[in-house]
Amino acid sequence: MYDDSIYLMNAVKARIVNSRTSANKRAAQPRRQRLAAWINRNGALVLMALPGMLVLFTFSYVPMPGIVLAFKDFKAALGIWGSEWTGFSNFEYLFSTGIALRIIRNTLFLNGLFIVANTICSLGTAVLLHEVHERFVSRIYQSVLFFPYFVSWVIVGYFIFILFGTEGGFINGILGSFGLEPVNWYSNPAYWPVILVLANLWHSLGYFTVIYLAGMLAINPEYFEAARIDGANRLQEVWFIMLPLVRPLVIINLLLAIGRIFFSNLDLYLNVIRNQGALLPTTDVIDTYVFRSITVLGNFNMAAAAGFFQAFVGFALVVLCNWLVRRFEPDQALF
Amino acid sequence: MSGAAFKRRRSMTHAMIHGALVATCLVCIVPLWLIISASFTDEQALVERGFRLIPAKFSTEAYRFLLADPAQILRAYSVSVLVTFSGAMVSLFLMSMLAYALSRRDFSLRKVLALFVFFPILFNAGTLPFYILMVRQLGLKDNLLALVLPPLVLPFFVLLLRTFFSNIPRELIEAAKLDGASEWLIYFRVVVPLSTPALATVGLFSLLFYWNDLYLSLLFINDKSLYNLQYLLYQIIANIQLLEEGFAGQGLKPPLQSVRMAMAVLAMGPVLFAFMFVQRYFIKGITLGGLKGD
Repeated sequence: MYDDSIYLMNAVKARIVNSRTSANKRAAQPRRQRLAAWINRNGALVLMALPGMLVLFTFSYVPMPGIVLAFKDFKAALGIWGSEWTGFSNFEYLFSTGIALRIIRNTLFLNGLFIVANTICSLGTAVLLHEVHERFVSRIYQSVLFFPYFVSWVIVGYFIFILFGTEGGFINGILGSFGLEPVNWYSNPAYWPVILVLANLWHSLGYFTVIYLAGMLAINPEYFEAARIDGANRLQEVWFIMLPLVRPLVIINLLLAIGRIFFSNLDLYLNVIRNQGALLPTTDVIDTYVFRSITVLGNFNMAAAAGFFQAFVGFALVVLCNWLVRRFEPDQALF
Repeated sequence: MSGAAFKRRRSMTHAMIHGALVATCLVCIVPLWLIISASFTDEQALVERGFRLIPAKFSTEAYRFLLADPAQILRAYSVSVLVTFSGAMVSLFLMSMLAYALSRRDFSLRKVLALFVFFPILFNAGTLPFYILMVRQLGLKDNLLALVLPPLVLPFFVLLLRTFFSNIPRELIEAAKLDGASEWLIYFRVVVPLSTPALATVGLFSLLFYWNDLYLSLLFINDKSLYNLQYLLYQIIANIQLLEEGFAGQGLKPPLQSVRMAMAVLAMGPVLFAFMFVQRYFIKGITLGGLKGD
């Protein structure tokens, strides 16, 4: 298709050249000439954009109409458009069985915890790093803190397995050396929201710390000097000068995170929870449910209904949050 | 407060700050160290005494076992390397051309195309329609193209590159045009050389994305010969028999626990090590480019 369009474009260009040779023709065909001028100016840029647009069209736009499956009873043999319309019955099932309540509640609760933990801890770490004035030392800290960002979630799953194993697990080993009873982590779902928060924090702390530290370093040092002259101590400098000045950055990151609060990082859940049935009451989120419906349960209708809900509520929330960002800090708005 | 007391308090605060930072850094490192430690522990000691910071009984048996029959891990390496490098290279090429067109103020379709690139960030049909497209319409089940094609154009990176490109002085492009350079020549000879730091940053993000991707393998790969490293490790932790099957030819029962950890070390170690050296590009990218969120 790409080659075809190049060929077409060349044909058009050849015509442009021909039409230029005759002044009479040019006058006789103003519309064609305008088109030619347009192509002359934009043609190459269109061609540059085209391959990327095609990829985006295929993998992001072509699936979009498939969202109607939420209102259908999908039969593979009949395809998306041949399958029968069933109105809201998929949603009725999802909501009446309590699945919807569980996955929506878990999604919002866990993402809420992630947002709070990430923001507080990375801001705190950035404040500490800002106090380190030896550049070399600061850079070493930053490198180590940022390192987990490169580590894949599969590896996170490996050390979760090492840490929380019931027999031979590292944490139970430490508990044992203090004479405490081992804990059977995998039998009690109440532990896992906390473990998920810690795993998520481990992975992204450095990332957000770097963002906030950059914001703090951009503050004009004269503010701090003025405060010091007025007799402010270190803590007061942080509290009254630094935090208020990075607040826009924090709020923007918060709003961006809230805009995506209906979406979860599937990799985190699959590797830390590993689909263990006993843990699902507190850790099953929309994304894990959709994924399980497709790959394990083979229940496409439920996946479609949950996906539809997520797509539209998520869309509304992103638009709302962006509107807020726009009011607050127009330069930072996504659109 | 006397000067000496003030100084003492000052150094106390500093000691506490460094103490807190060192502790945080340890938390970042220790989990990974536990994997390494386990891989160097004797299997029997691992079963009897559990995972420890320092191997209860040091052994390199797991590595000897793995290296005696490295077929499984080498195959996964080659899949990962092939997908990652071809994906990231094509991706950078497509995204930068698209971003360049979008950055040109005199491009008539700029606004329409920017919306087209941007809209998928807001609205996404979700996993199921995507799955049906890939498996039924495109027939990409058990095909490495399923791992390469979908992430080729990531809107966030396109927008990031566009921001970088629009900072290139317009006069440079105008001047090249006056000299009779075609758009392609301008792109390759003017824009690309001026944007190498931006291209390097996005290229590295793209490499990292492909290298760590698990999602696409989970959805589309069943054939064991097409497992990439992430998926192989994921399957091994979920299902230890798979590891055993991988060594069926050797006729010995492998020290499964430690081999599993050694596999994780061999699979991830070299790349993590390499990433340490290019880390500053990532840090630059997220601070200068204004990349937000995860």
